[in-house]
Amino acid sequence: MNTDPPNPPSPLLRLDGVQIAYSGIQAVKGIDLQLHRGERVSLIGANGAGKTTTLNAIAGLLPLARGEILYDGDRIGQLPAHKRLRRGIALVPEGRGIFTRLTVEENLRMGAYSRRDAAGIEADLERVYTMLPRIKERLAQVAGTLSGGEQQMLAIGRALLSRPKLLLLDEPSMGLAPLIVEKIFEVLRSVGNEGVTILLVEQNANLALEFSQRAYVMESGRITLSGSGPELLTDPKVRTAYLGEIDAVGERG
Amino acid sequence: MEIFLQQLVNGLVVGSVYALVALGYTMVYGILGLINFAHGDLVMVGAMVALQTMLFLMGAAPGMSPLTMLTLSLAVAIPVCMMLGYTMERLAYRRLRNAPRLAPLITAIGMSFLLQTIAMILWGRNYHTFPQLVSTAPLQPVAGVFVTPIQVTIVVGSALIMAALIVLVTKTRLGRAMRATAENHRVAALMGVDTNLIIALTFVIGAALAAVAGVMYASNYGIAHYGMGFMPGLKAFTAAVLGGIGNLGGAMLGGIVLGLVESFGAGYIEHMTFGLLNSSYQDIFAFIILGLVLIFRPTGLLGERVSDRA
Repeated sequence: MNTDPPNPPSPLLRLDGVQIAYSGIQAVKGIDLQLHRGERVSLIGANGAGKTTTLNAIAGLLPLARGEILYDGDRIGQLPAHKRLRRGIALVPEGRGIFTRLTVEENLRMGAYSRRDAAGIEADLERVYTMLPRIKERLAQVAGTLSGGEQQMLAIGRALLSRPKLLLLDEPSMGLAPLIVEKIFEVLRSVGNEGVTILLVEQNANLALEFSQRAYVMESGRITLSGSGPELLTDPKVRTAYLGEIDAVGERG
Repeated sequence: MEIFLQQLVNGLVVGSVYALVALGYTMVYGILGLINFAHGDLVMVGAMVALQTMLFLMGAAPGMSPLTMLTLSLAVAIPVCMMLGYTMERLAYRRLRNAPRLAPLITAIGMSFLLQTIAMILWGRNYHTFPQLVSTAPLQPVAGVFVTPIQVTIVVGSALIMAALIVLVTKTRLGRAMRATAENHRVAALMGVDTNLIIALTFVIGAALAAVAGVMYASNYGIAHYGMGFMPGLKAFTAAVLGGIGNLGGAMLGGIVLGLVESFGAGYIEHMTFGLLNSSYQDIFAFIILGLVLIFRPTGLLGERVSDRA
């Protein structure tokens, strides 16, 4: 199936001229984006720039108005969400999307819903418990009773149970205390080090750029800048617009 | 005391049937936020198809034992209702998934009329005698209290079915997916759940319960009729609301409670109204209860919150 030449390696994910209309509004106006295997990439930008819309479209929750998504060499733009999960794309959605009426353990098992390898699932559950010890203490609890940080951990653990190749994260730091955010990114770093490709959407640009090797900046439905994390961290335009440095560069922004 | 025990028995029997039907209402509501008003008519379809099967078998195999005949007629009625439930969802409700909530509701009412009219064309407007294949010869476990084998079968049968359903929903992978889908379709899809399939299965399971309830109901009264699904459908809906719509345990509890209230009401209504009303007014109790629940506890006995989803 994969006839691409070994050099250069084909990207795991490629968005070609993707446009997404969302309740009548053109939320994403044609973007190109690539993720290579094992990369950590982030997508930053202001509220309403189209970041969440882009992630949802990659996961299959929103249809494309135009363009194509290539994943592992195949066009997946028309595939429903549950089939994309089965191909290895997992999204930790904005607001975590915990099943509040299911127990913590049932939430985790939902993550493994598409898998049939009972032994592998049990082993992965154990790995998640070691990674997230606080979750293990609360397995029988209804997930709605967890704190925000614990819910975010659970959402990440649940996504990992599908054994994703590509992990999409929508604002994992949202509404959480700095200490917990630090803990969550520690976990995400170790996930990335295991070879999972990560696309991260974050409001907190500093955090995102430090975490990722490359980043794209989105503004009102378009990608306006891209580069390596350190590059963008020092880019004057990014610093003024997203890192809260109001007067660092005067007129240039 | 005899009246009390007798009405307790009667109430449990009717309540078991209400509970089975109420489960179908509540499962569909839980997953789609839709009141499928055509659900009661599946009770009728189940009974009519079973009746048709029995009549055919009586002609084709006269010596067949009643139990075999009952089993075979259920084996026809249940799949027919399941297919009907699937078809309703697939052709009508699925297209209206994102429509304003009034649209599927009115469609459900239209679906109910459609089923009744088709049944009327197929089976006529007359009441049919429904073969009572399980004995109705009354036993007297306590002097003055009569219990028939069909009543025992209904209560035990529904209890077993409900126990199986609880296991399915709380212990299995499918049940977990159903609960996850009920809580959030989008996130369930993100877990790899084919939510369209789960929703269709929910309709199909509810329809199977309705078919069984239809055969029980018709066997108990010995009568079947194209409009026979309307009243038990409405009562079961009341039971589902009483228990807390969307809540499985609530539907079971609501069904039993409603059956008991109705039965005791019918038993004592003459005393209560000093002879003004007799037991033929028993239906008012269900609707008094529906009114009271909606006014004082709209979440029902076991419901935590009323979902406002379309």
